[in-house]
Amino acid sequence: MDNAHILSRIKTRFPAAVLEEKESCGDLHITVEKESFPDLMRFLRDDDQLSFTLLSDIAGVDYNSRTPRFALVYILFSCNENHRLQVIRNVEDGEEIPSVSAIWKSADWAEREIFDLLGIVFSDHPDLRRILTWDNFEGHPLRKDYPLLGKDFDTTFDPDTIIVDKV
Amino acid sequence: MGPHHPATHGVLRLVLELDGETIINVTPHIGQLHRGIEKIAESMNYQKVIPLTDRLDYTAASLNNLGYCMTVEKLLGIDVPKRAQYIRVIMSELARIMGHHLWLGSHALDIGAMTVVFYAFRDREMIMNINEEASGYRLTPSYVRIGGIARDITPDFITLVRDFVKWFPKAVEGYHTLLTNNIIWRKRTMSIGVISGDEALDLGITGPSLRGSGIAYDVRKTSPYCSYDDFDFKVPVGKTGDVYDRYLVRMEEFRQSLNIIDQAIENLPEGPVKADNPWVSNPDIDDVLDDIGALIRRFKIQCEGPRVPAGEVYHAIEGSKGELGFYLVGDGSNIPYRLKIRSPCYYLTGALPRLLKGHMIADVIAIIGSIDIVLGEIDR
Repeated sequence: MDNAHILSRIKTRFPAAVLEEKESCGDLHITVEKESFPDLMRFLRDDDQLSFTLLSDIAGVDYNSRTPRFALVYILFSCNENHRLQVIRNVEDGEEIPSVSAIWKSADWAEREIFDLLGIVFSDHPDLRRILTWDNFEGHPLRKDYPLLGKDFDTTFDPDTIIVDKV
Repeated sequence: MGPHHPATHGVLRLVLELDGETIINVTPHIGQLHRGIEKIAESMNYQKVIPLTDRLDYTAASLNNLGYCMTVEKLLGIDVPKRAQYIRVIMSELARIMGHHLWLGSHALDIGAMTVVFYAFRDREMIMNINEEASGYRLTPSYVRIGGIARDITPDFITLVRDFVKWFPKAVEGYHTLLTNNIIWRKRTMSIGVISGDEALDLGITGPSLRGSGIAYDVRKTSPYCSYDDFDFKVPVGKTGDVYDRYLVRMEEFRQSLNIIDQAIENLPEGPVKADNPWVSNPDIDDVLDDIGALIRRFKIQCEGPRVPAGEVYHAIEGSKGELGFYLVGDGSNIPYRLKIRSPCYYLTGALPRLLKGHMIADVIAIIGSIDIVLGEIDR
């Protein structure tokens, strides 16, 4: 199915769900609203014409100065129909997002990564723990206000204080 | 198990809950090779990110370069000349064979077949020599650049590739003789780690591991990039989705990749190897010596990198382990605002608990080998 058909199929079922649609570089991006988000995601997977059976990835973006601050991009692909769709869900700072790991199992680790690196909390997630950083790590490294060198990086380090054995 | 178990291909730690020798639950712990490549990429310009991508899946580095550069090109909206596309295809298929060599050698070594690794690394050496001839580097070439490739190939490169194409079918025959009908190999791999196609897709498994379960999803076929539709090749699929089928799929991919390289090197078109865009492609070094304009442009492109328009783009290629995708957000400057890497190995590791449950400890080694994970790409 081409992008126009995908969009019209979604809009027939959920007339008010799509807030914004954009076609860039041949890909369809849709921004969806909060209320119907879980139902819409399930529909995208289960509908026999759309059948987005593969959740390729979830990309979290921190638009630091914008409200809502974050955006989650669900990158979907259908192996049967061979079409792609990016679903964008805007997220306020501190907002909890319903997990889609019951719809696609691959979302389990994708959401854990976003929780770890961006600090977005997913409700109903089976096992929401840090994944790439260690358990008592503080902060969320991919947020724009997190310093590049890390929070505990000692910038006042003086190399002359190292004691070297003189041979 | 791990993080320094020799069979975990990097630093992967698995907490296994056992009932006797049967596995009842598995918790993978990753992140011990986390270098924050996505965060570092937000601090440097588009040119400088290319060497970072080499360090993702370091067994098949050219494929990562290709995926990243094509994503930037997609956002820039530039086309790459045909000759550069063919050379990219040759380099990426060689990288795929290189990745599969490492898989074959270490997978067989883990299960106990010592000999295969020597043959695999002998042939891998030939590809490293080709990489060196093209780019000067053996393992991390950074040969694919935004807008084309670093420099045109030499006649020696063509000779080396032709020698390899001539030699390699015999080598693949050799691998088959060592393993395919070997009774120990078959007993260790058949009906182990079975997963159905739909379930594999649900878990986000892509690439040869998905094709072993019978779903012919290959990005080169479903959405051809980089002139892949010019070449005639097949996508091998398995039937049962066990370790042995995944093995057979990858063994056939050796042949198909070689087939593509053969077609590309024989039909290599003439022409430029860089896109005709003065703010993206580096001027040739000969022009730089005579022309002040070219000198300034080369300096600016090297130091600042191209300016990429604001927007979001996702581009996926077929990596040696599965769908390798890059999600890029540009903000109009010369630095990526956000670069998200869709790593196939990340999801393969996420599927490990499902694959391992109910098997014996000895099968863990066979299953980890069969999904072919590289920790550099998982941890990023």
